[in-house]
This record gives sequence, C-alpha cells and structure tokens, in this order.
Amino acid sequence: MDYASISSNLLYVAFIAYLVATFFFGGAIRDKRAAQKKTKWATFGIAVTIIGFIAQIGYFITRWIASGHAPVSNLFEFTTFFGMMLVGAFIVIYFIYRLSMLGLFALPVALLIIAYASMFPTEITPLVPALQTNWLHIHVTTAATGEAVLSISFVAGLIYLIKTIDQSKRNKKAFWLEFILYTLISTLGFVAVTLTFNAAHYESSFNWVNKSGEQEQVVYHMVPLVGPHQSEWTDGNDIQPLIDMPAIINAKKLNTVIWSLGGGFVLYWLIRLILRKRIGAALQPLVKQVNSDLLDEVSYRAVAIGFPIFTLGALIFAMIWAQMAWTRFWGWDPKEVWALITFLFYAAFLHLRLSKGWHGEKSAWLAVGGFAIIMFNLVAVNLIIAGLHSYA
Amino acid sequence: MKHVKCECGHVNPHGTILCEACGKPIAEETTDKLVDMRYEGSARRSQTYNKTVIDKIWNFFSSVKVGIWIIIVTLVASAVGTIYPQEAYIPPNVTADEYYQKEYGWTGELYYKLGFHHLYESWWYLLLIAALGMSLVICSLDRVVPLYRALKKQSVTKHPNFLKRQRLYSTSSSWTDQDYEHVKSMLKKRRYSIREENGNLLAEKGRFSRWGPYVNHIGLIIFLLGAMLRFVPGMYIDEVLWIREGETKVIPGTNGEYFLKNHRFTVETYDKDSESAVFQEAIDRAGNNKVAKKYEADVSLYKREGKLIPGADPKLKKIKDSEIRVNQPLKFEGYAMYQVDFKLNEFSSMSFHLTDKNANRNVGSLTVDLHNPKETYDLKNGYKVKLMSYFPDFFFDDEGNPNTKTRVPNNPAFVFKMITPQHKKGEVAFVGIRENLEPLGNNDYKMTFAGVETKNVTGLTVRRDYTLWFLGIGGAIFMIGVIQGMYWNHRRMWIQKVNNEIWLAAHTNKNWYGLKKELNGLLESTSLTQLKDQNDKETK
Repeated sequence: MDYASISSNLLYVAFIAYLVATFFFGGAIRDKRAAQKKTKWATFGIAVTIIGFIAQIGYFITRWIASGHAPVSNLFEFTTFFGMMLVGAFIVIYFIYRLSMLGLFALPVALLIIAYASMFPTEITPLVPALQTNWLHIHVTTAATGEAVLSISFVAGLIYLIKTIDQSKRNKKAFWLEFILYTLISTLGFVAVTLTFNAAHYESSFNWVNKSGEQEQVVYHMVPLVGPHQSEWTDGNDIQPLIDMPAIINAKKLNTVIWSLGGGFVLYWLIRLILRKRIGAALQPLVKQVNSDLLDEVSYRAVAIGFPIFTLGALIFAMIWAQMAWTRFWGWDPKEVWALITFLFYAAFLHLRLSKGWHGEKSAWLAVGGFAIIMFNLVAVNLIIAGLHSYA
Repeated sequence: MKHVKCECGHVNPHGTILCEACGKPIAEETTDKLVDMRYEGSARRSQTYNKTVIDKIWNFFSSVKVGIWIIIVTLVASAVGTIYPQEAYIPPNVTADEYYQKEYGWTGELYYKLGFHHLYESWWYLLLIAALGMSLVICSLDRVVPLYRALKKQSVTKHPNFLKRQRLYSTSSSWTDQDYEHVKSMLKKRRYSIREENGNLLAEKGRFSRWGPYVNHIGLIIFLLGAMLRFVPGMYIDEVLWIREGETKVIPGTNGEYFLKNHRFTVETYDKDSESAVFQEAIDRAGNNKVAKKYEADVSLYKREGKLIPGADPKLKKIKDSEIRVNQPLKFEGYAMYQVDFKLNEFSSMSFHLTDKNANRNVGSLTVDLHNPKETYDLKNGYKVKLMSYFPDFFFDDEGNPNTKTRVPNNPAFVFKMITPQHKKGEVAFVGIRENLEPLGNNDYKMTFAGVETKNVTGLTVRRDYTLWFLGIGGAIFMIGVIQGMYWNHRRMWIQKVNNEIWLAAHTNKNWYGLKKELNGLLESTSLTQLKDQNDKETK
C-alpha cells in the first residue's frame, strides 16, 4: 500500500473514532453519578478521541510524505486540518476542565467539518509557485489552530445557550438557537445530498450565456432546480431546470446551496417531528447538569488561548508570507480582510467582557457570532467572494 | 485638588473608588454587592475631570465603550469592502465606472458611486483607523497609571468590607497556627510572593500579566505609526521593471546605481509524464500542463562604478548571479526584487529575404532587431534596404494613417525602401504580419518574410520598504503583550484575622476556575473553610 492510500484509510479511522467517542460522551453525561467527575464512559470517550486524533495525525503525516508538502494546500486539506485541530483543542480543554459535555458537542462539529471537507476534490494537488514555501505550513497551520481553539469557545457557548434559554414558550432567543442548530444540520444536508447524487453518478451539461454575452458550458452534478442564464441542455441526465437565473448569479453554486438548505430543512423537520419539540428544547435536559459558570469560563478561556494563536497565524505570519510572495504584506484581499474582521470581532469580544461585563449569555451569543465569521471566511470567502486565496 | 484620606490613613487621589491601600470603598454604601475590582477602583482621569475641551475629548476616547464602537464600525466597513472586488483587483483593461455597472448591475453601480471600490483608501476609513489609534492611546494612559499606583500602594491588611465583598471568600472560626503556616508554605511553593503584616497575609503572583493589555496596545500603536511612515519620502519605494531576455536595464528607484541583466525567463508547468503518480488525478482535473509549477528569471545584478555620465555606457561590476522566483525575491542593499509577471514569446527580431519577383530569386537577406532597428541594411552587390518607418505595435489611427500603439513589438510593421541595381532610387514596400503592400505601384522586388525570433520578458517589482522594521517591532510587541495578558493571570489571596475569625478572600483578573481549584486544593488538608464563589448561584 502506498502512502496516499494509507493516508485516506487513517482519515476514515479517525472519522469513525470521533463518531464512536461522541456516543461514549453521550453515555458519560447520562451517567447520573457525576456531571463533571471522571466516569468510565468519559474515560473511554476521551481515549477513543485520542486514538482518532492520533490516526488523523497519521493521515496528515502520510499525506505530507506522499505529496512532499504539508497537506493544507486546498479546501479539502485545509478544512480537514481545521477539524483535526478542533479535536486537538477539545482534548487540551478537556484535560483542563474535565467536561464530558464539551465532547458531546465538539466532536459532532468536528465530524461535520471533516465530512464537509470530503465533499470537495480530495486528490493530492501539486503546488502552484505562490504556495511553494515553508510559510505554507507555518501560516496555514497556525491560523487553522487559532480558529479551531476559537471554535471551542463556540461549542461551550452553544451548550450554554441550550442550557439557559427559556424553551417553555416561543421567543426570539429560542428561535435563533434553533436557527444555529438548523445551520449545523444543513451542513449534514449538504453532505447527504452530495453523497446521494455522487452515488447515482448524476451529471448533466448545459450551454449558457454569460454576462458578456458569450456562450459557456457548465456541468451539474445535482438535479438542476435553478439553471444558468438561457440554459440549453446538451448532455447527460435530461432534467430541465425549473427556472433560469440571470447571468450575474452563479446558478450552479446557488443550486447546491438550495439543495443543502432543502436537505437540511427536511432533516430538521424529520428530527423535530420525531422529538415533538424544538431541538433546543430536546437537548436542554441533557445539559442541565453542567455548571453555567464553568461553561462561560471555558468559552472565555478558549478565546483567551485562541486569540493570540489566531493573530500570530492569520495576521502576522500571513503578512510575512504576503510580503515575500506578493511583494506587500497587506493588500486588502477578501481573505485578509476577513481575517482582520475576525481579529476585530474577538478584540471587541474581549473588551466587552473585560470592561462591560458581558458574561454568560451575552458572551455565549458573541462566541456563536465569532464562529459564524470564521465559517464565513472558510466557506463563503473561498467559494463566493474568491480572491487571491481561492486555490480550492 | 482635593485628596481623600481613608480611615486606614492612606491619602488617595481625588476620584478614587477603592482605597489604594486597604481597599475600603471610599464612597461608602452599605451593600452586599461584590466590589467592582476593575482597575482596582483607582482614580481615572476620565472619571474625575470634565471641564475643558481636552477633558471632553479625553473622556470621549477613554471610554472602552467608544473604543468598542469604533472597532465594530471598522469591522462592518471592512466587510462592506469585500462585497465586490476592490479597484486594485479589477481587470486592468477596463475603467472602474464601466466595470462595476457591467459586472454587477445597479448594485455594482451604487457600490462604485458610494466610493466603496476604493473603500480602504477612503478618507473616512483612514479616519476610523486614526480614531482607533486615539482610543488605544487614551484608553491605555487613562488606566495604566492609576492601576500601577493602586497595585504598588496596596497594603496587606485590608478593610473587612473589601474582603467580604470579593468573589471568592470564606470565613473560618476554628483553625490552628499550623494551618496558617501550611497554607503559607504551599503558596510559596506555588510561586506566590508573600507579604505579611500583623498576622495578616497577602499572596500574589502574575502581576505582570496586568500590563499585558498596555504592552499590546503599545505594539499596535507602533504598528499603526509604522503604516503611516510609508508616506514619509524615501521610506518606501515601489517600482516596476520589465526586462527582456538578454537585456540589461537600470533598476528603477536605485538612482541609477544598480543594473539587472535578464539571461533567461522560464515558465514550467506540471506535466503528466514527468510528475509522480500521486499528482496524476489532480493534473487530469486541471488539464495537462495547465497548472504552473515555476516562474523563474535567471539574472545578474550589477553595480555601477564611477560617476554617471550622460550618453556614455556605464561601467558595471557584477555583484551576483541569482534566480528570482515567486517567494524567493532577490535581495540587496535593502531592496528586494520580486517575480510578479511575465510575457512569453515576445517578438525580438524578424528576418526577411529581398526577392526578385520576376526571377523568383532571393538576392540577400537581413534581420531587423525589433528593439533597435538599423536605418540601412547593406546586402552588398548594389543591393540595400532602408528602413523608412517602423511601427512596433501597428494599427491604423483615427485618420487612417499607420501608427503605433505602444513601443512594444506586439504587431510590428515596416516601410522598407529596396535599393537594387535596377532601381537606384528604390521601391517602397509596406510589410507587416500577413501584409505586403506596394503603396506606390507595382514593384519588381519584394521583402519575403523569412522568420521571427522571440524572447521572454519578465515583470519584476522593485521594493524598498524601511517601514518593515517598524511594523515587525510593533507586531512583536503586540504578540508579547497579548500573550502576557492572556496566558498568565494575576492572582491574589488575602488571609486576615477579623474578630476572632479568619477571613479568606481571593481575586484574579481571569480564570476563576483555575484560581478556585488551586487555592481550595491548598486548603484541603487544613481546617480552614474552602473558598466559595459568591457569584455562583447553581452549586450549593
């Protein structure tokens, strides 16, 4: 077996380990004996998590050997690495606070991220000249690690919100909490829809007219709900789009988004019908044992640890590399700007906490907001805004 | 200015909230609420004076609330600038007013009209950054001096009211002296510095982490100043140098001191046959030889010797041979040259035969250097070709006359005068790519295209940026400050005898969980009561 295939097998192992560990942590919190002390379930949970983490480090190293460069050079590799560091950050925080509950939520988030990553081309890509430097792994890994630690803050904040938000009646907060959960489920929707169409080998080609009036070709791998501007079917599965989009809109991406949100919607309501209540309300009893102050502390601590790492990786190292590769340390490229926005957001978070006393629920909402910005920078800036960083 | 004397005897500056020495709340209110420990309850200028205009400006910028608003407005403004590409990133061959409208419709037009296409250079964005800088300086100064005073002047013995209103607090009515000594030695072991006074104790560690925020703010200020330095003449040079293979050119921005010769410029792409098996799939997806592997200019750097004499060729001394690649700029004397652009296969010379049309026989041939054409090409035996006009980048202008768009030989065209023994005065031919006109009637001779030579051109950026040092130092100080403030915390514990009881209180600026765990760990083997978090309403 060559390194490349060892590598992908190790990633499977890691994925399955995280899945198994999630169930162990689920068992740990059901264990009535103790909420925060060591139980067998929690010990198994963290052990399996560490096994998964080691397997994923194995994936990382073998893929590095196979390709000759750090596997953080395209969207799949970067996002997978981000998922790995999220697990790593969880392990560290777990050993500080011994909070099983965190595992029950952090691991599924990591699983979603890795699954999402795998929907993009996974083959090993050679490096374009701009990426051929050690700064590739220095900058990208540090930035991803910082973001991963900051994401732990989101996980703790989310648990805090699930625990404390009043679920007894309809209200704005309960709605937005459901919205967060729905967004997470939509990621699952995206994965499910993509896997389904891939399994069916769905493919259909269209000619369309772009905004300059020129004819172009596009290949859909999902049933076209929305087609490109003046689309004309040419090849493959013969299903016509319901409606054509104007030339300004990238119809193929919009189609994927609609499918993912739709898939998420179906999943969400399926779960909700089974539970017969809001998902937040169903999760609430599970988390009631955790101390809110501890959650708040974990959420804040993760920002305190993650913020310097993020600044170092995503701003300082980024500037050093940009100076070398692009001749200037700062060029207002969208990805750069969104790293700055993330920095400013967490700076505001820290100041609000230190000076205005935004603890507890307010702080938890901010942690969610910060994660939303990180995800926006990861997903939307790469796929929609596209600047110098859109290698994927 | 009025000073306030506390009952412990310490004289506090006007505006103090908690006595600098004993911590007694100065404006005494009888409440059980926890004391507000921010900045140790010291007298901040902004909270004390509000008379002159300077006071008012100071007070405005000293507010963290204002600072947070500036951060948030900057954040939102920055995000707006990423909705559509900035002007710097739009294609070079279109103007901004057409581009945004054409690409993005009316929203694009609005974006352009509002000036968001160069948002980050706009006066109001720069003003925001300036306000952020002001806020940083004033917020820090307003707090750091009184905080320093308060921490320096704190006494061991505290006012009971201060102790019982700390977040972590406990009272014990029975204890032994051994307990006290045990806790004291354990605190020492955990690297607390201990001060004692009348059987009361103050243990403290990590005070330096309190300065973290101010250190990182200094770093940020240096960074922002460094960014402004770019506007100081001489600090920043940014030039472009296009240089053809075989050419030697003066490097712009060096005052004619340095010269660069381009020996060769190469582009390599990923080829299926020569790359290892793991890349095959990726190359297939992108297309064979579609993904760039290397951009490299083989160059030599020269330094001019002696004085610059206009008209004469400068005397050059070679400094070094080097390759310039992406990510590997050529550095010398504070300058850096970067590989940023290129042009492949630019015409460099064209060859022609002079052909006798009637006999269909070539009577001689010549090569025109497209960058440095000669006036006359002597083909011997009475044959001669004169170059009457040369258009490197030929087109017909508005009046229908031949003209040239640029000095770059993208589409060379020539007007030749062919002098032959039969036509001593010469025949005129207009020759371009796929064009051969005889504007003055039928000729007996013609210029036949015989071949073309091409060369690659590399586009380099020349930079000298003396501000980088400043920025680097600012960044380093920022990182030190942020780590100092985030990865350490300032912990204090007070042990005090009050009315036959022993009172314990503790404070930290962050990580309460860690402090509580640490201190209660120490108390475990003693008869002293464990510290309780008075904020915690959940655990009993």
